Amino acid sequence: MADDLVVVRGVTFAYEERPVLFDVDMAIPRGKVVAIMGLSGCGKTTLLRLIGGQLKPQRGDVLVDGLSVPSLGEEALYRLRRRMGMLFQMGALFTDLTVYENVAFQMREHTDLPEPLIRDLVLMKLHAVGLRGAWHLRPAELSGGMARRVALARAIALDPMLILYDEPFAGLDPISLAVIGRLIRTLNDALGATSVVVTHDVQESLKVVDYVYLMSEGRVIFSGDVAAVHASRDPYVRQFVDGRPDGPVPFHYPAPPWQEMLDHDYA
Amino acid sequence: MAQSQPTAPASSPGRRDDFLEVRRRADGGAVLVLRGAWVTARWRELPRALPVAAETVAALDIAQLTALDSAGASRLAALLGAQRLQALAAALPAERRALLERVAASLAAAGSPPAPAPRDLFAPLVALGRTTSRGLAHLRLLVGFLGLVLVRLGIALLTPHRLRLTATVHQMQAAGLEAVPIVTLLSFLVGAVVAFLGATVLQVFGAGIYTVDLVAYSFLREFGVLLAAILLAGRTASSFAAQLGTMKVNEEIDALETLGLDPVEVLVIPRVVALLVVFPLLSFLAMAAGLAGGAAVALVELAVSPARFLAIVEEVPVRHFWVGMGKAPLFAFTIALIGCLEGFKVTGSASSVGDRTTSAVVQAIFFVILFDALAALFCMEMGW
Repeated sequence: MADDLVVVRGVTFAYEERPVLFDVDMAIPRGKVVAIMGLSGCGKTTLLRLIGGQLKPQRGDVLVDGLSVPSLGEEALYRLRRRMGMLFQMGALFTDLTVYENVAFQMREHTDLPEPLIRDLVLMKLHAVGLRGAWHLRPAELSGGMARRVALARAIALDPMLILYDEPFAGLDPISLAVIGRLIRTLNDALGATSVVVTHDVQESLKVVDYVYLMSEGRVIFSGDVAAVHASRDPYVRQFVDGRPDGPVPFHYPAPPWQEMLDHDYA
Repeated sequence: MAQSQPTAPASSPGRRDDFLEVRRRADGGAVLVLRGAWVTARWRELPRALPVAAETVAALDIAQLTALDSAGASRLAALLGAQRLQALAAALPAERRALLERVAASLAAAGSPPAPAPRDLFAPLVALGRTTSRGLAHLRLLVGFLGLVLVRLGIALLTPHRLRLTATVHQMQAAGLEAVPIVTLLSFLVGAVVAFLGATVLQVFGAGIYTVDLVAYSFLREFGVLLAAILLAGRTASSFAAQLGTMKVNEEIDALETLGLDPVEVLVIPRVVALLVVFPLLSFLAMAAGLAGGAAVALVELAVSPARFLAIVEEVPVRHFWVGMGKAPLFAFTIALIGCLEGFKVTGSASSVGDRTTSAVVQAIFFVILFDALAALFCMEMGW
């Protein structure tokens, strides 16, 4: 247990009346890249927000580096968040700031580093994601893949111990996909960080992660390393990994019987 | 079998025959000959009844069928019965069979439609209850947000280095300076209108000179600050809601939180402070412009010179000015608070930004006028 940076213990969560997570247990070992996979709406992003302390579970506990996130006070929570980096699905760059200012933002807010040092650090982070030359651009001038990389540079600005990725692969072209995939791996290893990747891109994420949690309808239904995923005979795992249209996850959205939805009067 | 030996047509000639014809096979079975395009575009022209009983149809002839889509297929299913169509379609060439069989199979599973559900007599009551509880929940949210902002505002005023000066000045420019022309112009016009009304009515009683008092009292006490507030509710509450809402959709607000920053401190406080500073100035400007409008009309209609106008205005007790200005911070706070809260309430989609923006304007104007009315009652009771 001591080697787990993040521990999710018996977490149950609901938005108002709508239950999202049921008694989820999870452990993210230090230094690893762990994927949380599942269909859209299975509770992956909610789990990420629980780890980031943006939501509080109704039951259970979330420990990050030994601290119980739900019971932290506001100050302590913000202090903990400064040690986490998060990459949002759309990048979530501040649109009225340049690339450079976006990456420098956190350093200026949370440190009193002299400007020349901030400059060096920002250019270093931008260099790591291959966008040192784009420092002067505005978010509107970036392609989707570039925006994601700038957001990644911003997320690692203060060398976080934990990097959270929300759908880092969504909507990217194949080259950007591979670039982001490789960056997730190399940055994690170079910074000695721990990464949690929430995704439904099976093929790309299996190339870079160490361990996989597979979720369905608010529950963890499979966990194991990449080899175990490939070896699994579980029908849900197979449907998800092989991308089959029908299986344990039905093709049809739940519907009332045909009788109630059809109208024969036109005849 | 689809091309089986045709004999005499069994149906009478008519328009429906463009699409449908029944032939008798040598063995006496009916063959349904389909013609033309059985498609959505010609839906109204498609036959509504079969010339023979559906059970007697033994085969379909689709050699002359030029097009078929889902709508055409379901009409055919309605004519023949889904089960019958399923059986007949099995004998057709593959390219047509797929669609017919799929439609027939779907409809065959359907059976007959159920009786419509009886109308729920309590539905309006349920809707009323739901609206009420939503309204109360919103009010609770508003009060909670008010508390949160007040606490943060207190912190920002006690530790001024935490106030974001650049953002605050930027908001002052956007909400204050850039609103100067419109506030001035409209207040001038309303001042002129009030003076016209006064001149028209009061001159009848030979009391035309009191027009000046009318304009002065109304603008100092009410109209200056109210006009500025309504303009700012339209201009600034909406822009706050849209700005924060777009940031919410972009996940920029989430990003702020995960970067260890408090969105209220970073986004709301500069806006609130900016409005608290510029709104009284705008109100003052609106009062002055309204008086100027009144003076212009007084000069033209009543031949009251600006100097005389000013002299009469100077006789108005100054407390009326303070009653007007006293409301300015309250209105400024209301407008900023509602604009920001509506921005934070945006969820997910772009249409939500539009909804919240509209709601911000409506609520801001509503609360401004409500507070103004309450303040008027209060001042009346107090004899101010």
